[in-house]
Amino acid sequence: MSDTQSPEPKGAIARFLAASPDSVGKTIFVAVAVCLVASMVVSAAAVSLRPVQEANRLKDKQVNVLQVAGVYEPGIDVTEAFAAFEPHVLELSTGDFVDDQFDPATFDDIAAASDPELSVALDDDPAGIGRKAKYRVVYLLRDDTGGLDKVILPIQGYGLWSTLYGFIALENNGNDIYGLQFYQHGETPGLGAEVDNPRWKALWNGKKLRDDAGDLQITVAKSQPAAGPDFYIDALAGATLTSVGVDNLVKFWMGDAGYGPFLGKLQAGEF
Amino acid sequence: MSQTRKELLVDPLVDNNPITLQVLGICSALAVTSSLQVSAVMALAVIFVTSFSSFFISCLRNQIPGSIRIIVQMVIIASLVILVDQILKAYAFEISKTLSVFVGLIITNCIVMGRAEAFAMKNPPVASFIDGAGNGMGYGLILLLVGFIRELFGAGSLFGVTILETVNNGGWYVPNGMLLLPPSAFFIIGLIIWAFRTWKPNQVEEREYKIQQVEAH
Repeated sequence: MSDTQSPEPKGAIARFLAASPDSVGKTIFVAVAVCLVASMVVSAAAVSLRPVQEANRLKDKQVNVLQVAGVYEPGIDVTEAFAAFEPHVLELSTGDFVDDQFDPATFDDIAAASDPELSVALDDDPAGIGRKAKYRVVYLLRDDTGGLDKVILPIQGYGLWSTLYGFIALENNGNDIYGLQFYQHGETPGLGAEVDNPRWKALWNGKKLRDDAGDLQITVAKSQPAAGPDFYIDALAGATLTSVGVDNLVKFWMGDAGYGPFLGKLQAGEF
Repeated sequence: MSQTRKELLVDPLVDNNPITLQVLGICSALAVTSSLQVSAVMALAVIFVTSFSSFFISCLRNQIPGSIRIIVQMVIIASLVILVDQILKAYAFEISKTLSVFVGLIITNCIVMGRAEAFAMKNPPVASFIDGAGNGMGYGLILLLVGFIRELFGAGSLFGVTILETVNNGGWYVPNGMLLLPPSAFFIIGLIIWAFRTWKPNQVEEREYKIQQVEAH
C-alpha cells in the first residue's frame, strides 16, 4: 500500500489502519470494503425476510377476498377460511376456466397485465389501465351443498391519483352485487379514500348490474339515473374524479371487454 | 467533550430541535403525519436510523477518506434504511403499505445526514449514538405533535380510535379535510415553531436587517 516506507515495526494491518485515510489505496479499499459489508447486510436481510413478506402479501389478498365475500371477522384463521374459496384462472374473451394451462394458486394476473404474451393493449380504455390481462384469477365460493354461492372477481382502474385495485363479489346469478372493496389505492385521504368507508361500501350490497333487457345499467353518480335505484350508487361527496373512476372501472370490467362472457355463462347456470 | 451524555440526548428535544430550530426534515414531517400510528412508526424508524448510522460512521470516522466521506455515509445510511424497510414489510405489513416510499426517503432526511456530518465524524461512537437518538427523538416528538392535531381534527380519531364521531359515520363532527392533506402540516409546524420561540426566546434568530427610522427634513 501507500506507506511501505513506514519505519515502525508494526503488523501490516496496524500499519494500514494508521495510514492517512486520504491516500489513493486506502480510499479505494474503504470504498470497496464499505460497499461489500453493506451489500451483504442488505441482501441477507432481503433474503431471510422474503418468506415472511410473501406470506404477508398473500394473507393481505386473502383477507380482502374474505372481506368482500362477507365472511371475514377479526381473529379468524385466514388460511382456513380461504380454503373454502375455489381459485380458477379465467380466460376473459371466452369466459372459460383454463386451469390446465396455468396454476390458479400461483398465477399472478397483475404481473400478467404487463406481459405482452398474456395481455392486450386497450384502444378503448375507460378504466385507464393501458393493458388488460387475457387471464384473471377469480374465486368461487360454494355453499354447504356444493351449489355456487358467490363469485369474487378482481377489478382495477384509474381514479384521481392512482390505480385502484379491488374485488367485486357477485351472487350466483351473476347479476346481483354482494360487495365491492379496494385493497390498494392512493386516493386523497378523507375524500377519494372514502371508497374504503364501510358505509359507502355497504351501498353496493343488493344492487344489480343489468336490467331485464340485459343492458349494463350500474352507475356511480351524483343523482339517480333513469334505470332506477337498483342500479344506482351514490357518488362520494367531494371526490368526483374518484367516483367517475370507480364508475368507469366497474362498467369496464362488468362489460363485454371484461367479465361479460363469463357472467353470461354464469347466468346460464354453467358453473 | 463539551456536552454531557444527558445533554446530548435531551437538548435536541426542545432547545435544539432539528425540525423547529434547524428546520430540517420538513418534507417527511409533512407527508407522514396524517395519522398518529404512522407518525409513531416513522419516528421509531428515524430514531433507529439516526442513532445507528451515527454510531457506525463514528466507528469508522478515522478511516473514512475525506474525498468520499459523503458517499460512505450515504452507503451506511441507505443500508440501514433498507433494513428498516424490509423489517417493516415483514412484521408490520399494514403500516408499511401506508408509509410506502417514505421509509425509503429517510435516506434523504436532512437530519440523518446532518448528524453524520456535523457530529459523528468528529466524536466517539457512544456519544454519536446518543446524539443520533436524541435528534431522532426530537424529530419524532414534533411528528407526534403534528400527527395528534392532524388526526384528531382531520379524521376525528387518535391512533385509529374514534374520539369525535364524524358526519360520514353518522356522528356530529364535520372533519377539517385540509388537515389530512400535507400542506396543513406547514401551518401546524409554523405554529409549533412560534410556540417554542415564545417559550424559549433565545431560539429567535437575530434580524438580518432592521427597518430604520429616518427623521423627516
